Amino acid sequence: MSALAHAPTGSGQPASPPPAARSGRHRLLPYLLLLPGAAWLFLFFVVPLVQLAAASLYDPSGSLSTGYTLTWAVGNYPTALQAYWPQFGRSFLFAGIALVLALLMGYPLAYAIAQKAGRWKNLLLVCVIAPMFTSFLVRTLAWKTILSDNGWLVGLLRDVHLLGPDGRLLATPIAVVLGLTYNFLPFLVLPLYASLERLDHRLLEAASDLYASPLRTFRRVTLPLSMPGLIAGTLLFFIPATGDYINAELLGTPNEYMIGNVIDSAFLVRLDYPQGAALSFLLMSAILAVVFGYLRRAGTEEVL
Amino acid sequence: MARDTPAGDLRLANLTKTFGAFTAVDSLNLTIPQGSFFALLGASGCGKTTTLRMVAGLERPTSGQVLLGDRDIARLRPHKRPVNTVFQSYALFPHLDIFENVAFGPRRRGIRAVDEQVRQMLSLVQLDGYGRRRPAQLSGGQQQRVALARALINQPQVLLLDEPLGALDLKLRRQMQIELKRIQTEVGITFVHVTHDQEEAMTMADTVAVMNAGRIEQLGPPAEIYEFPATAFVANFLGQSNLIAGDVFGRSGSDLLVTAHGARFSVPAGRSRTDHGPVFVGVRPEKLHLADTAVQVPAGRQHLEGTVTDASYVGVSTQYLLRTGWGSELSVFVANSGAQQRFAVGDRAVAYWDPRHAFLLGRRADEEDRTIPVLDEPIGASS
Repeated sequence: MSALAHAPTGSGQPASPPPAARSGRHRLLPYLLLLPGAAWLFLFFVVPLVQLAAASLYDPSGSLSTGYTLTWAVGNYPTALQAYWPQFGRSFLFAGIALVLALLMGYPLAYAIAQKAGRWKNLLLVCVIAPMFTSFLVRTLAWKTILSDNGWLVGLLRDVHLLGPDGRLLATPIAVVLGLTYNFLPFLVLPLYASLERLDHRLLEAASDLYASPLRTFRRVTLPLSMPGLIAGTLLFFIPATGDYINAELLGTPNEYMIGNVIDSAFLVRLDYPQGAALSFLLMSAILAVVFGYLRRAGTEEVL
Repeated sequence: MARDTPAGDLRLANLTKTFGAFTAVDSLNLTIPQGSFFALLGASGCGKTTTLRMVAGLERPTSGQVLLGDRDIARLRPHKRPVNTVFQSYALFPHLDIFENVAFGPRRRGIRAVDEQVRQMLSLVQLDGYGRRRPAQLSGGQQQRVALARALINQPQVLLLDEPLGALDLKLRRQMQIELKRIQTEVGITFVHVTHDQEEAMTMADTVAVMNAGRIEQLGPPAEIYEFPATAFVANFLGQSNLIAGDVFGRSGSDLLVTAHGARFSVPAGRSRTDHGPVFVGVRPEKLHLADTAVQVPAGRQHLEGTVTDASYVGVSTQYLLRTGWGSELSVFVANSGAQQRFAVGDRAVAYWDPRHAFLLGRRADEEDRTIPVLDEPIGASS
């Protein structure tokens, strides 16, 4: 969002001539460059969004066969929320737990690749990205095999008594959270890596020279300096993870369904467009609220 | 932790650091008296920065000791050492403002009320009122002073300076040299200053150690090293020298007699590093004077004849190159005091000097004259 907002004014270098001295063509150029992207966004984001907003206010008694009328039925929203608040809560809970797990794995991983990997850096980066070469769906199906009741993982966990003799992983909340963690991990690791890679090693030396223990150096220098990547990474992880429905669909049962599954079925199975649209908007505003709340707390000017 | 314990001399004992097969620092022995301004001078790659980093704790010695008073700190982690560093790149924390940068050390040591101390430090380095700015908003010279304040506020027993003025332009560098010297005198902390700039070392330090290939070639007050260098390396690293290859053939009273390229010279035995075998007769360019003919050379001086091959007017002096009969070129600096005659390229001239200004160094038998500065080594006042 910041890139878009700054693009036209991005000429603030001291070397550039004052704006008054520029010709009209030069002043228009940034906007001309924006045009294709803006047109694309308008046609395929703004227009459908308005359409979706309208659909969320259709008369709920309509159907595909009888047709819908726009009756400004604001009541669609409380109705939808009342019916599906558990799935809403579950979406944020699962995505939140998955985010914590991904942070615990992803931060050390990104740090190691950026600062310690040396000549293995590129290879390790490829390893992080490599799963993306296969489809999201196929990878999640593979997890189905890994977590299956007859799989080696469940067998191992039963042997060490972390799981009861009848315990299982597949079709439990654990499976869904693990799937989310795995599928969105690269989105967290890559921006974090980019931030940590720029971290000047000499600043860490300076901190230790100034009486900061390794832990304090991390807390006072490494962490604040990796904040932009951390924020970008958590958002790129959390937003799609919250709206995801594949993991719950393939690795869980209806008891693990998230809001994405409900929207999916509203549009494609139950053909209840007003409700699907209303749920979509509720999800969008909930995510926006969480993101803005988070950015205000994290308080970095670079992202907002 | 710095103030309470009495500081002591900083001693390096057999300090060695090897990287694989490369020996960066070769069993270094060095005592740096408490409260002195000490300069480690050397070309890049001579081991001076590695030495500094071992004192700071940023590099682990292969063997040897780093003693502060009687305490060996060689194996302490950097944050446990009463030593602070001003880094070459300054390494200011970009996410903190100037105030927080300076307060970083005291805060990590659990001091809460830092405001007054930070204010004092910023005023010591003449940056009052800059506390709320970010490092990126400051000029190079100002950043350098923040780095200094950030280190000094901790009142370390030893302050390490790693080429602290390297990134500044010449004028600012001069100013900061004087400033650093003033601050050192004011706070009385031991300063260990690493630099490749011989002028910087001589301007500021009480004691200079010239390092080469992991070893110290000579150590002493700047004037002493300059006037009577111990090795050919020092003679040409600290300033510039004309070194004429010759051999000792005898002694006359308190003088050693040398023959070089068919000419005979004498050097006082007290200014000789050896008394036999192959030697270099060394004379600094500014100790050489020029005359038209040998007749004009005052009594008691020694002289060489040659042809002027280059004359560079540099304001305070004119720098001549004089080609001798055997093909070497002597460097001669003549002060532009108005009294001296000017020479043009192609003129015949006689260079003469007082034997008490010459010095005698040992030479390997295969070494030739060294009269023109080697290009990759920093030279005299021109740097």
